[in-house]
Amino acid sequence: MEKLSGADMLIRALQDEGVDHVFGYPGGAVLHIYDAVFRQNRIQHVLVRHEQAATHMADGYARSTGRPGVVLVTSGPGATNAITGIATAYMDSIPMVVISGQVQSHLIGTDSFQETDMVGVSRPIVKHSFLVRTASEIPETIKKAFYIATSGRPGPVVVDIPKDLTDPTNLFDYSYPETVTMRSYSPATRGHTGQIKKAIKLLAKCERPVIYAGGGVVQGDASSQLIELTRLLGFPITNTLMGLGAFPGTDRQFLGMLGMHGTFEANNAMHHSDLVFAIGARFDDRITNTVSKFCPYAEIIHLDIDPTSISKTVNADVPIVGPVDTVLDEMIKLLEPEVAERSEKQQQMLKEWWEQIEGWRKQDCLAVIRDESEDIIKPQEAVQAVYKATDGKAYVTSDVGQHQMFAAQYYPFDEPRKWINSGGLGTMGFGLPAAMGVQVAFPDEQVVCITGEGSIQMNIQELSTCSQYGLPIKIINVNNGSLGMVKQWQDMQYEGRHSHSYMDSLPDFVKLVESYGHVGFKIESRDELEPVMAEAMAIKNKLVFVDIMVDPSEHVYPMLIAPNGSLRDMWLSKGVRT
Amino acid sequence: MRRIISVLMENEPGALSRVIGLFAQRNYNIETLTVAPTEDSTLSRLTLSTLAGDEQVEQITKQLNKLIEVVKLVDLTEGEHIERELMLIKLKATGAQRAEVKRTSDIFRGQVIDVTQSTYTIQLTGTTEKLDAFLRALPESSVMEVVRSGVSGLSRGEKVLTT
Repeated sequence: MEKLSGADMLIRALQDEGVDHVFGYPGGAVLHIYDAVFRQNRIQHVLVRHEQAATHMADGYARSTGRPGVVLVTSGPGATNAITGIATAYMDSIPMVVISGQVQSHLIGTDSFQETDMVGVSRPIVKHSFLVRTASEIPETIKKAFYIATSGRPGPVVVDIPKDLTDPTNLFDYSYPETVTMRSYSPATRGHTGQIKKAIKLLAKCERPVIYAGGGVVQGDASSQLIELTRLLGFPITNTLMGLGAFPGTDRQFLGMLGMHGTFEANNAMHHSDLVFAIGARFDDRITNTVSKFCPYAEIIHLDIDPTSISKTVNADVPIVGPVDTVLDEMIKLLEPEVAERSEKQQQMLKEWWEQIEGWRKQDCLAVIRDESEDIIKPQEAVQAVYKATDGKAYVTSDVGQHQMFAAQYYPFDEPRKWINSGGLGTMGFGLPAAMGVQVAFPDEQVVCITGEGSIQMNIQELSTCSQYGLPIKIINVNNGSLGMVKQWQDMQYEGRHSHSYMDSLPDFVKLVESYGHVGFKIESRDELEPVMAEAMAIKNKLVFVDIMVDPSEHVYPMLIAPNGSLRDMWLSKGVRT
Repeated sequence: MRRIISVLMENEPGALSRVIGLFAQRNYNIETLTVAPTEDSTLSRLTLSTLAGDEQVEQITKQLNKLIEVVKLVDLTEGEHIERELMLIKLKATGAQRAEVKRTSDIFRGQVIDVTQSTYTIQLTGTTEKLDAFLRALPESSVMEVVRSGVSGLSRGEKVLTT
């Protein structure tokens, strides 16, 4: 058997796990590990400028590929800098393995230099964590970490390794386990047949159904099953922010996103439905509005891999715990004969339901309201221009705020894993590093980061990393000179008192990116928008930053009315409500 | 409603902190908590009592089950069960009070396990209600110190919680 040091065992284990990229930053506690990284060439290490960006890069890599993202950081500040990215991945159920160095075993607990209790600090935001006690445990711990991160409901796993365990002078027998079993962890592999049959019964007799699908369909690679099921049933479907792309965004059966900034038709269809089939979604407060007024006429079928998601906020009439893909496969088989024998009455009711929905659709709630005599660019038009210039086929990451919602509303995604944003935690600063992770995974694909002048500055140092690795991302800065979403709330709920939502002394972004060796464009008038966007997208080998001056007064609509509103209570434009 | 949840988990460092952390993080309450290794040294058994409604206790049990180190658990209060708590209580016992305290302790089947000229330390085992009743029966001024183990329990009959 091969004799390896702890550091070499770790790197070898990552190789044996099939890891091709690690995102990280060196430091004292991981120097032995970084030496092992240096002495091999199977794994490419991407050196970031801040550990938070490493986690977001690994996250973007994971969301776009479906494979776990891997992060390597040092102890203390390296570990704590990674926390925001770990929490982001946790909230959106993203598979990630974070390896953090720890101070030497004998120093743990003594407040030694760069010591932080990483397992303790990260505990509420990880699926699981390990503090490795002996070097010989390293291969099995890595196997377990990847198994836990990727199975069941995915999530981040932290592996904290004290420096002495990676000492190059201590050698151990290395073997990587092919499988790992844990008596206390066995995620569901199929749904309960009785529950599935109950769901089939409801689906076969409902009159005003809606399919409400979330990020679980994307993470569970069940998009094709979702499409097959939705086509077979002929039901209307809506996606959550996290689920966009799970069903083709340009399809007629698709009602758009639901929830806080969902469409008029999606939110109304949910409110008036008699059956909601929730698939891989978790009834987040940005979806339900007031829970007691949520879907008052509907029975609820809830399919999810995680039993804790079921009946957490909204009670499920038919809960099904299982992997979305296999359960939907089973349901499609059972539904085929049911749909073939649909009664005329039900067919008629479904027809009338669709007519009602088409009526809501006529509201055209996403029409951009503008004064044609003005030259000012609306932020929605900026997103539409990105859609046009990329043919709707780009990988799009976003930051958090108004531009994120505009991207979700005005860039319909026809495929899963193309829309990458921080939905659960709402992490500003996510967009750029996430785009970098996607570009690393897909060097030849068009990767666009739609951001704002607020968010981009939260991880702008990564422009340097982009130079180092030649990542030709297209950054679309929807620049309204203020923290748009905060300002919108202040306009609507604080009588326009803009407390600290104004971005004063912005940099000249074009000069800034040029100093890193990138290309910068600034767009200030409508007639420049499409041609400059096309020019930017045509530059294949360079990072291009497009700074677009947009209408600073624009709000995101529709917007659910809170508190005490239901899903049909919405602001449709400034001063206009349902 | 008061619930007693009994958890079998891996006897590993850090496992207990995950259980406690979960309760803090999700705003659940812990009334009592007791934990020790079982006859199988790789497993610990943790018993906790909490105040929770039906919906909340469902979430609590599901969230506990989701912790990687939790092997199995049962809500003992869902079925017939036996529960016990141990209390040690140090009392001022001088003069006429000395006989009175002993008599009350005897009524509750308490055992005097330490004696000085001015104190008794009494050990009492029973349900939480019984221990509460004993405390109420004592003159408040005589109680010097109380320590309680928290509730432990098992299901009645054949039903067991094992791997």
